[in-house]
Parts: sequence; structure tokens; C-alpha cells
Amino acid sequence: MSQRKRASNTQSSQNKGVRSQRWEAVLGDDEDDPSFTQPSTSQVQKGLDRLTPAQVDLKTAEVVQFIFVKDQKKFPIRRADIVKHVVKEYRNIYPEIIKRVGCVFETVFGLKLVEIDSKNHVYILINKLEQLEGESLNMSPSNPKTGLLFVILSIVFMKGGVVKESMVWNTLKKLRVDQGERHEIFGDVKKVVTDEFVRQRYLEYVRIPHTEPLEFEFRWGQRADMEVSKVKLLEFIGQLHEQDPQSWTQQYREATAPPAAPAVVTSANTSASVSQR
Amino acid sequence: MARPLGESHKRFLQTMMVNGIIDGAKARALHRHCCETHGAHYAHDKLDEFIEVINAQLQPMFMQIRKGMSEEDGLQYHALVSDTNTINSKFFYYYNHHELLLYFLLSSSPVQVNMAETDVTRMSTDYADNELELFRKTMDLIVDSDNGTASSTDILNCADSLQTKKLKKRETEHVLNRLVQDKWLNEKNGDYSLSTRCIMEMEQYIRMLYQDQVKVCHICHNVALQCQMCENPTCGIKIHTPCVARYFKGRTDPRCPACEDFWPHEIPDMYRSPSSQSETQSAAKENTAPTPRSTAQTRRTRRS
Repeated sequence: MSQRKRASNTQSSQNKGVRSQRWEAVLGDDEDDPSFTQPSTSQVQKGLDRLTPAQVDLKTAEVVQFIFVKDQKKFPIRRADIVKHVVKEYRNIYPEIIKRVGCVFETVFGLKLVEIDSKNHVYILINKLEQLEGESLNMSPSNPKTGLLFVILSIVFMKGGVVKESMVWNTLKKLRVDQGERHEIFGDVKKVVTDEFVRQRYLEYVRIPHTEPLEFEFRWGQRADMEVSKVKLLEFIGQLHEQDPQSWTQQYREATAPPAAPAVVTSANTSASVSQR
Repeated sequence: MARPLGESHKRFLQTMMVNGIIDGAKARALHRHCCETHGAHYAHDKLDEFIEVINAQLQPMFMQIRKGMSEEDGLQYHALVSDTNTINSKFFYYYNHHELLLYFLLSSSPVQVNMAETDVTRMSTDYADNELELFRKTMDLIVDSDNGTASSTDILNCADSLQTKKLKKRETEHVLNRLVQDKWLNEKNGDYSLSTRCIMEMEQYIRMLYQDQVKVCHICHNVALQCQMCENPTCGIKIHTPCVARYFKGRTDPRCPACEDFWPHEIPDMYRSPSSQSETQSAAKENTAPTPRSTAQTRRTRRS
């Protein structure tokens, strides 16, 4: 997780009224554009024939920039937004553009554009480069939320992949992070964990059916599955408990199992992106 | 055909994206770290070529890693900035907080901007319209000043007369803090100056916006905000303070390079030149940390 630390973004409510209408319209979740249907290969080719290479390159660059900006908060990026705000009249060659965009992310930045929801067409950008331990040369201020997230991911992982929320809160409470109280660093802990981390796809917060009163459980989210090395997590836990990671045979087996292939946007699969989970 | 990037290049680039700007020493250390991590061939004097390989791939994205000198400490920095061709292509490269760049072009630029194209770039929630206007006014003050700074008092006065919407004192301070945190401004003793990153990123826009009003260094030809000026009224050339240190180093009788009048200002001590920034381990003979400059430029006995 490479979130940049920002000063608290509290803007006075008066200031919010200053933003232009257009600005507000571009932000946030737009409704899925019902008029966008994936063009056929022949349509794409026809579209390409009518444009210069420079035009296509420019549009590709714009989409790359758009995704970088949207990715800052680590929320998934909707295809509808990409089409509506950037691709626009080039929508008939969208598959070609997104293919090139995926290629740019991989070959230039070492990132992967992954469609995590093939029904709603939503992407996330994940890091292909291994996050090194103690990468002080990275020089980015380490985000305290990363620590919080990793504790929760560890709990879930060690408990076999799913855990009742009460267990997470109890463990956090022992670490002096209380969901009921406003935390000095994290603020509204419950919101960070059940809303922010979930929206960012690091965690899943799922209702347990037939529970009265309503109970929820935590699982790893798709981004965690792709970005977080279970092996490294286990090593870290091993260090914490001064045990060999392999002593947790179940978890070790799972950590070293070959990963399920995510739906990466590559040249091989531009039109149909099936999420294989 | 541009050479494909190795993992070492990508890691370097990712670090640049996170940090925005790094000093020369860190850049060299990062170069080494990236090569060693991925088993790439490493030669300590090949950083420029390493970066050029990355830049070749970045160019279609209207991005570049550029070198620049800090007006504060005279040291060389590497920053990830938008490409010079951006303005010609009418595509405004945007990441992080580049809506600031956009703002200039939208608000007063002579360049015709297609409003529709800029929709995509006005996406960050970080700065509201009036905050951007405040930044613009701060920049106006800085460019107009003699010493490349704007006092918080003057900025507060601007905040009170914004065209978009006034900012109160606390709000203004909050915005300024964020601008400093985001590495657009530097702050010292209540005075604000443009950060190295800001100047490197916006140099071309500054030249375009302010045209003849903006000072340019006679030695290195870059925009000069913190600089000294020849006192000869018919000359008046400007030189960056670090460039002064380098150019006049060791001279007992400093003369203006343009009109040869006596150069009356204090020659600062020991700004390390970019080329002498130590790649080798040999220690510099003298303390290479620049001595603090007095803002008042007075005559003083110089070290000979």
C-alpha cells in the first residue's frame, strides 16, 4: 500500500460550495453509463483506421493519467468513468485503448491494471514490483494505516481466511485501538476498517446470514490477495512469535500455494475479462 | 525504438512517483539500490543514462525525470515533472496536484485552452478554486518580489480579496501548510518561497505567464527567484545566489559578467556544484554545507 500521507483534508463547509459544478460531476461515483456496450473487434478496427497514431497515443496517455489520479485513494476505478470523462468520442476503440493502457502500466511503471469485477467493469491498479522489507530508500512516509491493516490481515489469515468481526475488535482493543473511541491517529477506527479498507478492496466485510443480532465477518479483499505476500506476512508473524513460519503448516501451505490468476488487462484478453477467483 | 525498462528502472520510477523530488545523493543511492535489488548491471557514473532510458518511455506519457538546482542550497535534485512538450500538445499532464498547473492556464493564460479537455484534469479534491487562486496570488507576489519570497502578511491580505471566495486567516494558514507539505512551497520564518519542485515543474508556465517580469539567471539561464542583481542601472542582470557562489568563488575582485561593474553583494560560501557532489567517497576538504545567507544583501568583507 503506497498511500501518501496527507495533512488532514478538512475543508470548511463554506469552501465546498466554491467548487465548480463540473468538478463535482467528475468526482465520485457516477452511474454506470448504460449506453456503453463493448464494441466488436471489427468496429474497433474501423475506428482505429479513422484515427492517426498520434491521436490514439494521446488518448492512451490521458487514460493513464486519469487512472493514476483516481488510484490515489486506492478506490477502484469504474470503466464507466473512464469512458465518460476521458475516452468520450473514442469509445468505439475502447478495448484497444485499455489494452495499450494496461501495457503502459506494466512496461513503464511495473504496475498491473486488473479488472476485479467483470460484471460492473471495475479496475484496480496493483504493484507488480515486490515491496521490499525495510525499504528505507523508498523514502515515503510510512502510513500508519498500513500497520493497522496488516494486523487485521494477519488475524484473518491465521484464522484460516475468515474471522468474526468481534475477534478483530477484541484483538485491536488489546493493542489499544478501540473501535468505540476516537483514535489519535486513525480517528474513526470502525470507519477506516469497515469502510475505507473495504472500498479499497483490502478487506471484505460480509454479513453473516441468519445472525440475530446482525454479525459480520472479515475476509481478505481482492487487492490484498494480489498485493500482499502471504509468505512475507507469515515470516513477519513468525518473527513476532519467535517461531518458524513453517510451524503453521496449514497457513504455510496456503501461503506457498500457486496464486489464482487474476484478470489482468493484457493484449491477450481485451474484450472478455473474466475474474477467476 | 526505445529500450524496454528493466525492473530496476521501474522501481526507480515508482520511487520518483511517490516522492516527486529527491536530491542527488539519494538519487545515486536509489540507482544503486534498484540495480542491486534486481541484479541489473550497476555503474555509479551511469545514472544519467539510466534515467534517459526511463525518460524515453515516459515521453509518450508527457512525463520526464529532470535535473534542477535548488535556489536554497545550490544542490542538484531530480524531479518527476511534466514534459516541455505538454503545453504544445494541449494535453495537460496531470498527477497529484497538477490542477495547480491547470489553474494558471485556465485563469490567465494567453494559450487557448479547450475546456472540455481539462475536465479530466480537474479531479483532485485537494484544493478548492479559491485555494488555487490563493496559490496563484502567492506566486504573483513571489515572482514580483526582490528576494523571491512572500510574507505571510501579504498572503493573508490576498486571501481577503480573492475573486472566487475569501479565505479566513485560519483557512489560509491551513492551505499554506498543505502547499508546504505537498512540496509546492517552502516556508521559513513566516516567508514563503517556491519549492525546487515547484520551479522545476512550472518553469515553462512561469515564463509564459510572467514573461518579461520574471527574472532569469545570467549564468545558468533558468528562472531566478532568489537571486542577486547587478546594481548598474543599465545592466541589472540577475544571478542565482548559488550561481553567484560558484561563479565568484575565490575571486577577490568580483565583477559583473555582463558590464564588469563591481559586484557589490555578499558572495556566499561553499555551495557545492552539482558536478562536484561527491560520487567518490573522498571527503571534501572544507565543510560543504552552505552557510546561511542573510536576506539583506549588504557589503561585507569577504573571505579571500
